[in-house]
Amino acid sequence: MHQDWIQAIIGGAIIGISVSLMLLLNGRVTGISGIINGVLSHVKGDTAWRILFIAGLFLGGLVLRFLKPDAFSGALPAENWTVVGAGLLVGFGTILGSGCTSGHGVCGISRMSLRSLTATVVFILAGIVSVAIFRKLGVFP
Amino acid sequence: MKNAFVALGVGFIFSLGLGISGMTQPQKVVGFLDVFGSWDPSLMFVMIGAIAVHFITYKLIRKRKSPLFSKQWHVPTKKEITPALIVGSFIFGIGWGLGGFCPGPAVTSLASFEMRPFIFVLSMLVGMIIFRQLDKKIKIEK
Repeated sequence: MHQDWIQAIIGGAIIGISVSLMLLLNGRVTGISGIINGVLSHVKGDTAWRILFIAGLFLGGLVLRFLKPDAFSGALPAENWTVVGAGLLVGFGTILGSGCTSGHGVCGISRMSLRSLTATVVFILAGIVSVAIFRKLGVFP
Repeated sequence: MKNAFVALGVGFIFSLGLGISGMTQPQKVVGFLDVFGSWDPSLMFVMIGAIAVHFITYKLIRKRKSPLFSKQWHVPTKKEITPALIVGSFIFGIGWGLGGFCPGPAVTSLASFEMRPFIFVLSMLVGMIIFRQLDKKIKIEK
């Protein structure tokens, strides 16, 4: 099998283990967009764990710089405005759609939620349409 | 307090999984979505690996009355397929394809201290705030 596929499946399994720990210990779904959005709500007693989760993501990123130096390679050759547009769409869309790749795609599908399965099919199809269109428009050279 | 440290640990492990799997490389993400171009299916195995593990652990864990460090479960129970779910997921997908980032990998990529993840995460927060403002004006059924 291709090296990338093996790394993908190992990385995926690690993600599966981490979300399992969140469920077993805290009884929660690991949905990143929801966790971030919850910080913006600043409900008393429901903010600290969210901020520490985000800090954990960042700390892991620091370790990855040494563990896998090419982890942050592969920036898109597109202009900065596309990154602004992408961020706005992802922020707005994930909150309107109640989740992202982690909450719907991993946690939701694992518990066989039809809602999450639907969301995942829709965002993957939309992603495919998006890449096809932006390629045609020449946004990605 | 315990819950906060669990969250820190889970975030840490989760981000290692993201980095190892290739999810923090926008070109790989776009390659995965580029079905009509030069398709790179490798990232499909991230979901397969994660779901294979959590599908089993979910069933085992939910046999318990409650989680270890909380009195009750906080798992979503909503079942309706709403217009908001579909439209929101569609908008998210368009942004995912355009930027090659979803929320988790974007936050993890802040550790690269490159410009783009910062621009993305800031814009994502603005997108969330715009939604929240809109939601205050016209109550959106999610």
